[in-house]
Amino acid sequence: MGVGIEVTNLNAWYGANHTLQDINLPIPANHATALIGPSGCGKSTFVRCLNRMHETNPIAKVTGSVRIGEIDIYADASPVEVRRRVGMVFQRPNPFPTMSIYDNVASGLKLNGYSNRRALDEIVERSLKHAALWDEVKDDLRKKSGASLSGGQQQRMCIARALAVDPEVLLMDEPASALDPVSTSKIEDLIFQLKSQYTIVIVTHNMQQAARVAEKTGFFLNGRMVEFDSTHKIFTNPSDKRTEDYITGRFG
Amino acid sequence: MAQRKNMRGALRTITDHVATGLAILATVLVVAPLVAIFGYLIYKGASSLNLAFFTEIPKPEGEVGGGMANAIVGSAVLLGVASLLGIPIGIGGGIYLAEFGRGTRLANAIRFTADVLNGVPSIVMGIAIYSLIVFQQKHFSAFSGGVALGIMMIPTVTRTTEEMLLMVPHSIREAALGLGVPNWRSVLSITLKTASPGVITGCMLAFARVAGETAPLLFTALGNQFWSVDLNQPIAALPLQIYIYAISPYDDQHRLAWAGALVLIALIVLAVSLVRYVAGRGILKGAS
Repeated sequence: MGVGIEVTNLNAWYGANHTLQDINLPIPANHATALIGPSGCGKSTFVRCLNRMHETNPIAKVTGSVRIGEIDIYADASPVEVRRRVGMVFQRPNPFPTMSIYDNVASGLKLNGYSNRRALDEIVERSLKHAALWDEVKDDLRKKSGASLSGGQQQRMCIARALAVDPEVLLMDEPASALDPVSTSKIEDLIFQLKSQYTIVIVTHNMQQAARVAEKTGFFLNGRMVEFDSTHKIFTNPSDKRTEDYITGRFG
Repeated sequence: MAQRKNMRGALRTITDHVATGLAILATVLVVAPLVAIFGYLIYKGASSLNLAFFTEIPKPEGEVGGGMANAIVGSAVLLGVASLLGIPIGIGGGIYLAEFGRGTRLANAIRFTADVLNGVPSIVMGIAIYSLIVFQQKHFSAFSGGVALGIMMIPTVTRTTEEMLLMVPHSIREAALGLGVPNWRSVLSITLKTASPGVITGCMLAFARVAGETAPLLFTALGNQFWSVDLNQPIAALPLQIYIYAISPYDDQHRLAWAGALVLIALIVLAVSLVRYVAGRGILKGAS
């Protein structure tokens, strides 16, 4: 089951560059929340703060608190523990090229020392079914490399890989931006189905996509969150002038 | 207008042919010495190859016949010791340079040291090991020879491992970290594994290079006319045996030296191909 996320006074830096400033945001459990905004506005940095990937860059710094469920991820848990509870799907599909489809999906569990074969078989099948990829790959799970799939299939495999470790939150950083329209619509359908079980945060450049998949939308600009509200309200009647300018295409 | 276009097209075709021709010529020039050396070795050495060469030890001075069985086994022992020392240290160093020490002073110092070590003449390596091990122990030994070769392997292995690891895309490391895999595990099971074909090539390069080294063995392993696999005793090695026979006054020993050189090259090719085959078996359909 998904859990809610409470972000309080979050600030982030890359070196001297203050990329996120005083972000406060409640992300509801078991819903999809979209983050929109022009390039470089900080939305990717923001999701990377939610699973402590931001700090893998040696010059990066974070202050403030992020509470996921009962846990303050910067105070009560190690980055490794946080990332097991908060899965991530990246902008470009990033399968492990030396691994089969099966091993790619099982990798999160296997690399953490989980080795019960029968349980793994079940988890891999369930995750691939969840990611709507099972029927396309079930015949050569172990024969084919994950890198041999098409871009859209790779991305769904990466989603299956993230789901296999049974996270509570799924972060998606422009998951469809490198894909064709058919694959994009498959990913969107998937988000729609997954949000009953996971809390989903999706960064997107595509405003129609935000409108289609998310109940809540946040608008980022220059490292600040300008407005956060129901997707319907953001797209029909935003309270901030800048949000309106952005969604009507006046800039960005 | 049309004519000018045609002329330009013709010029382009000619340039294309010339460039292709030059590339083919360069390829031939690269391969030619290898083929020539191999051909000459077969021509000079193949006639002296017989079962005795692989099963017998050298005959006493002046007698005809005998083989290099002890030198073949000796070389295998020396290279085994060298690989056990050089490959783990070399790969470990490469991992540190690429994954943990990036940009630190220590890493720059290690990188610089490795490059200098790579340029140290092998005879100097021999003298160094002679004074560090042989002189202290007061006897020549297979162990000291293996150490000399192993140290010579380290810089090549380290630098290729580092370069191959750096070629692994950042997105793959992020994928592993994003799954909650600890960094050390990600480095070993994902980054190193992804880079493994290149790392193995580096190890094989280092292996092949030291397999033919003679100078560092002259005053460490020393050579041995008899059977020995004892790490504490002087041991025979193919390059040493070739050297001894090549400078001897007897024709029969000259022929054996040629045969030894042929066998040495053939064994290196065999070892490298075998490792490549074994390492390549696990590769899946469509893996890049």
